[in-house]
Amino acid sequence: MHFCSKNKRPEEKSMLDAQLDLSPVLKIIEEKRHEKGSLIAILQQAQEIYGYLPLSVLKCIARELGIKPAKVYGIATFYTQFRLQPTGKYQIMLCQGTACHVNGSERIESTICQELKIKRGETTPDGLFSLESAACLGCCSLAPVMMINGQAYGPLSAEKAVAIIRKIKAAESLSLVGGEAQ
Amino acid sequence: MKVRLGLGSCGIAAGGLQVLEALQKEMESRGLKLEIQKSGCIGLCHHEPLLDWIEDDGQVFTYGAVNAGRSVEILEAHLAGRGPLEAYLVSSSDEPAEFLQQQLRIVLKNCGRIDPESIDDYRRQDGYSALQKALAGMSPEEVIKEIEVSALRGRGGAGFPTGLKWKATREAAGFYRYIICNADEGDPGAFMDRSILEGDPHAVLEGMIIAAYAIGAEQGIIYCRAEYPLAVKRLEIAIAQDRENGLLGRRILGSDFSFDISIQQGAGAFVCGEETALIASLEGERGMPRLKPPYPSESGLWGYPSSINNVETLANVPWIIRNGGEAFAALGSRESKGTKVFALAGKIKRGGLVEVPMGTTLREIIYGIGGGVKAGRRIKAVQMGGPSGGCIPAELLDIPVDYQSLNNTGAIMGSGGMVVLDESSCMVDLARFFLDFTQKESCGKCVQCRIGTKRMLEILERICRGAGREGDIELLEELSAHISENSLCGLGQSAPNPVLTTIRYFRDEYEAHIREKRCPAKQCQELLKYTIDPDRCMGCGLCVYACPADCIKGGENNQPYYIEQENCSKCGACLDICPERFAAVRVPGT
Repeated sequence: MHFCSKNKRPEEKSMLDAQLDLSPVLKIIEEKRHEKGSLIAILQQAQEIYGYLPLSVLKCIARELGIKPAKVYGIATFYTQFRLQPTGKYQIMLCQGTACHVNGSERIESTICQELKIKRGETTPDGLFSLESAACLGCCSLAPVMMINGQAYGPLSAEKAVAIIRKIKAAESLSLVGGEAQ
Repeated sequence: MKVRLGLGSCGIAAGGLQVLEALQKEMESRGLKLEIQKSGCIGLCHHEPLLDWIEDDGQVFTYGAVNAGRSVEILEAHLAGRGPLEAYLVSSSDEPAEFLQQQLRIVLKNCGRIDPESIDDYRRQDGYSALQKALAGMSPEEVIKEIEVSALRGRGGAGFPTGLKWKATREAAGFYRYIICNADEGDPGAFMDRSILEGDPHAVLEGMIIAAYAIGAEQGIIYCRAEYPLAVKRLEIAIAQDRENGLLGRRILGSDFSFDISIQQGAGAFVCGEETALIASLEGERGMPRLKPPYPSESGLWGYPSSINNVETLANVPWIIRNGGEAFAALGSRESKGTKVFALAGKIKRGGLVEVPMGTTLREIIYGIGGGVKAGRRIKAVQMGGPSGGCIPAELLDIPVDYQSLNNTGAIMGSGGMVVLDESSCMVDLARFFLDFTQKESCGKCVQCRIGTKRMLEILERICRGAGREGDIELLEELSAHISENSLCGLGQSAPNPVLTTIRYFRDEYEAHIREKRCPAKQCQELLKYTIDPDRCMGCGLCVYACPADCIKGGENNQPYYIEQENCSKCGACLDICPERFAAVRVPGT
């Protein structure tokens, strides 16, 4: 299902990707070239550098390792960890574990979607928030839980979740106003 | 005197680091030099963040729900000789919490009690003595024999006898062998392996080194979820310490045995918990399972014999070698030996990590240890085994926890996720939730799994939407049979379990959805309609503030409010906030 949703317009992205600096990924490939089965590790490190996996990086990896781009793309889309789109400044990970589900995580998701006007897997047009779900964050006793940039919040209610997001929004718009004043 | 802080992922999520910061600041300002030990999770998750005050004589006082302010209060009380501070005390060595009292801890023995980043701490708890015993006085065959005597079975879900697996790997032809630790804990609602890795990584490593010695492996790989960064970090530290101390590398502890371990991070695919998919992933491929036989014990990673063991299985090994297989076999029930760790969560009063002997009843775990469901609620069922498991209804809570009894109910032991459900959980919705999960995680290799789960999900979605038809239940059962018979791996074979068990025990709920378009648990949003009773609404306006969709209108001049149905997200916030004495928000049809 997630196979197609992640990368909607590859041609549009590749225009932007053309200006990317590929030297860090070349360095990783050089280090790992002789290790058997290192493709996933290379992709993981590349994502750490760029925050996502731009198409040009995938093509570069394929070219350098001498494998088909389709294979690299196939692996990048198989595993949920890999993203083909940049994420927002604030990455919201909503836990979808069983404990969170029975404690109402779906209501929280629909409320957040309504608040940010995006769906799961999308980023707000201002690039501030992206919403993703995690199979289980492993903090089941705090259910329902969400994580924003590594910081866990729980137990949540729909209002609490919205309040947290609005607080971040307010802080962001303040810093924006402050920046303009200078 | 020293202070111990629970800093597992859950402790940190609950605010453990802020407590640490506050304590460090306070001590600095007082010029105090007190040791602050960072430990893993003790399992009292419902009390996080946890702080232990340890007296010089070894007395321990455990405080729960600690925050920055409270931690300073606790510190002051103890320093002034006024301690313990009863208000926040949840457990002490004299009076252990009820939650801990009824447990028998073998695997979790050290979790939350030692510093997982210190090999010396682990050694003080008999750590690595089992390895020493095995290397100095036991042949690999004797080690395998001991594990066979213990009757230890794989704790990852399938329950295959560990001794047999090791024996097969040892006896398989091949000049190179691998031991692989499966730490790809993907079940939603399960966090046992994470807690063990974060709380006692050396125990897993010791078990793995012993396993390597037994099967004759030179290389070990830990396949760990990338979602568990803290577990990976603590494993890396532990591996480095082992290398420094001659416990990994060439000629371990002066013997002829050489072995080393590396960590590989998974990239987030539930199917990689399956052995052959895990191997494919380690080889840098898409994690898709293949036909067995040949089993990994004959032809595994890169075609070499490989033994793949779960984290909890390996963490049991040092105890068995230290105390003997018979001591382990004396624990538990007739068919299932030893203990099992469960992650108790959901609508439970006291959730957390629980380790009990096999054969303990579900009732003892849920009521005795977990304290039952939250006030005023009734337990409806318990979900075991995650997406591969099933729901066991409240009437069957007296069955013992062992592999066979659980299989008889249609659920499975699984890896140890135990999610308690009360009457506010809709069983059809829960089945839909799990099918949604397996449908997304299906690797796509087998048609029945790839398309069958999708079709089942569609049927469940329409039932939850109020568009269910007569015959849907039978269709679900038919599809289930096809999927479990014709799928290659455990993911597909067990995917229908959540649906089959809920149909078996809660058929009336399915029928209420299909025939009466009614969700008895008030969970299926599209079957609900929130309205405000104008005769009861006093116009207080609390619901207007609570509504995240801004769809509650009216209220001018003390007039009652009403809900604009087209914008209502059916979150239920208005129902929750409307004061009980008004009870103006109604949900008809439930």
